[in-house]
Amino acid sequence: MAKNKKTEKKKTKDLLVVNNLKKYFPVGSAWLEKNKQYVQAVDDVSFTIKEGETLGVVGESGCGKTTLGRTILRLHSITDGEILYDKYDIGKLGKKALRKLRPKIQIIFQDPYSSLSPRMTVGEIIGEAVREHKIVPPEEHQDYIMGVMKSCGLQPYYYRRYPHEFSGGQRQRICVARALALKPDLIICDEPVSALDVSIQAQVINLLNDLQNKFGITYMFISHDLSVVEYISDEIMVMYLGSVVEHGTREQVFKNPMHPYTHALMSAIPIPDPEVKSKKIILKGDIPSPINPPKGCKFHTRCSKCMEICKTVTPKFKEYEEGHKVACHLYSQD
Amino acid sequence: MNKILNYFKKVLKRFKKKKARQKEESKHYISLKQIKATAKENKRITKAMEKKNNRKNVPEEEYLTKMRDPNNVVEFEDLHSYFYTESGVVKAVDGVSFDIPRKSIVGVVGESGCGKSVTSLSLMKLLQSPQGQIHSGSIRYSAKNGKVYDIAKVPKIDMRKIRGKEMTMIFQEPMTSLNPVFKIGDQLDEILFLHFPETTKKEAKKKSIEMLKIVGIAVPEKVYDRYPHELSGGMRQRVMIAMALSCDPNLIIADEPTTALDVTIQAQILELLRDLKDKINGSIMLITHDLGVIAEMADYVVVMYAGRVVEKGTVKEIFKDPKHPYTMGLQKSIPALNLDSDTLYTIPGTVPNPIDLPNYCYFRDRCNKRFEKCDGPYPPLMNTSSSRKVACYLYEEIQAEFNKEAGGKNGKK
Ligand SMILES: Nc1ncnc2c1ncn2[C@@H]1O[C@H](COP(=O)(O)OP(=O)(O)OP(=O)(O)O)[C@@H](O)[C@H]1O
Ligand code: SF4
Ligand code: SF4
Ligand SMILES: [Mg+2]
Repeated sequence: MAKNKKTEKKKTKDLLVVNNLKKYFPVGSAWLEKNKQYVQAVDDVSFTIKEGETLGVVGESGCGKTTLGRTILRLHSITDGEILYDKYDIGKLGKKALRKLRPKIQIIFQDPYSSLSPRMTVGEIIGEAVREHKIVPPEEHQDYIMGVMKSCGLQPYYYRRYPHEFSGGQRQRICVARALALKPDLIICDEPVSALDVSIQAQVINLLNDLQNKFGITYMFISHDLSVVEYISDEIMVMYLGSVVEHGTREQVFKNPMHPYTHALMSAIPIPDPEVKSKKIILKGDIPSPINPPKGCKFHTRCSKCMEICKTVTPKFKEYEEGHKVACHLYSQD
Repeated sequence: MNKILNYFKKVLKRFKKKKARQKEESKHYISLKQIKATAKENKRITKAMEKKNNRKNVPEEEYLTKMRDPNNVVEFEDLHSYFYTESGVVKAVDGVSFDIPRKSIVGVVGESGCGKSVTSLSLMKLLQSPQGQIHSGSIRYSAKNGKVYDIAKVPKIDMRKIRGKEMTMIFQEPMTSLNPVFKIGDQLDEILFLHFPETTKKEAKKKSIEMLKIVGIAVPEKVYDRYPHELSGGMRQRVMIAMALSCDPNLIIADEPTTALDVTIQAQILELLRDLKDKINGSIMLITHDLGVIAEMADYVVVMYAGRVVEKGTVKEIFKDPKHPYTMGLQKSIPALNLDSDTLYTIPGTVPNPIDLPNYCYFRDRCNKRFEKCDGPYPPLMNTSSSRKVACYLYEEIQAEFNKEAGGKNGKK
């Protein structure tokens, strides 16, 4: 298994704890407060990430994956709930304290083309924030950047080159190097390989794995691609319309998926093997709008196992075996 | 005195070095003079080509031809499609040959920029003109009326009879191909009026609603009166498919039809396409970079690399026993197939520049199986079985054996 090495490691401490996090965005312009509509992008989400591990977050568009990542970074304000990082309560930190914490949590975006400034050299891109946050003394700056570049598989002579001279995979490596240079503990990877071709995708996945083994970095890996998530994650969290519907270790979620949505999601991935004709669960209809999500279980409009109770009562998010949590009425609610 | 001399020597040396470096760098950049010269030359070439393309009243004989195998709908033969750009001639498609048999799904795979879309645009004659041109080769298309056209030679004006009616296209982003200011129903009716001018408004509406029903839209009468932006991505793609189907096409070209969609919606659309293939009795050319989609959908697979076909065969042959080192590498780099390995395989190096293609195997500089022979000219497609072709020197012996056997059996070369 890709992750064998890590499972041998003893259980470490929790690095990030998120409790009942909510992030609502107001939509439209309503005069009166009571007419105001909200997109419930993240709706009562709780989870923890252990130090040195990878949490994969999967779900389809609009399920709140990206908003969740950005809220943890406080790029969005918090509507409700708490985010505990190390010994800090991120939601309560002032500007100054937040700035000090910034280097510790980094983010890598989906599109390596638009997230790099075309007018800066690779060295400047990677070094900019290093200088700002005084990660190393000025006289060591260049050597330090060169070192980071080396560990990300970038040649030292790229230092003076511009991003447009590189392929997608190399650019994503530059993005990884920029994040890594700040000596972060946690990197939030938001669809980091989705825009890349398979052969290039492999380079970036290998790099992320290597860096974790070497420096013990923790990842929150957001993706809609279950097969990539399966390859890279220790734990997996499945989201639907702003809520977590299932959370467990990789083995639990893939070998014993419990939530009907997880089932459907897994059977929908096309398998690159013509002899495996998997039985597909084809979901009916579209993903509902997160502005007025269905009552009860949010998945009930598309669920083939839907019961009467599902339409009115929201299922509790409960633990059914150690570390394996599901929100569904098919399983005992008390 | 000596000190000063030394200093000058040093400066001179540095200056020389700088000059040398500039010269080295200038190799990678093009001077303004050069750009102007190329632009002029391009204009001359494309003007002549456009002139030929824009002729009217060309006698049909000029572009009628015969199929090599009557069981095919389309036969690409040694197709070269180039873009005449300021920085040089982009050989986007550089010698592509493959067939689309009747009632089959042919999957075309390859990484970004390998020429998949340009191949399909050449077939529809929709290359961006004037810079995009079919330089040489032929694309034989067997029409419903029994005639066979060489699309490479068909003038633009005559192409209209074929395109949209017999051959239709589904694109990746349906929003760009649907007109935002017209209702869905009007756009569907319009296609019918265009190709069957005698249709009445009432007939058109009936047929359009029926098409919407076929593609699985729940309340077709309502959607008929909606605007594109009022629909979700999956619904829009269904509408696109309905539009593509409304004239009973012979061939549907689907260019990344599900890439922009969510996985559960992708599964719906793929199932729809599979169903439709049987219903319409036509063929589908399915272009995608997703090997999973190909494995599930296609009967035959064409693998492209840098504007050429490196390998083709039935879907089982390609996935169970990839022969070209590029296809092998690709398979080893997919996470879903390699969950048990600690690191994924990565193909070293990068794709060659389409302006400056080498005169040997395009994959040579990245290939882990290269040997002396590979320094020779680009390898031709070699048969390793009756349905299988690979462009790689590793299979010369197998091809010789295969030829001997095939030659012994039915006298074919
Ligand atoms: N209008 C154009 N002018 C110049 N070059 C072009 C043009 N369109 C395409 N090309 C070039 O032709 C080559 C093949 O492009 P094509 O669009 O066929 O790739 P593709 O295989 O469809 O890739 P993708 O998977 O990204 O869609 C590329 O090198 C591209 O840069
Ligand atoms: S709670 Fe009901 S509707 Fe929701 S997933 Fe479970 S069975 Fe389906
Ligand atoms: S011809 Fe040679 S270099 Fe090219 S793919 Fe085959 S073995 Fe590799
Ligand atoms: Mg394309």
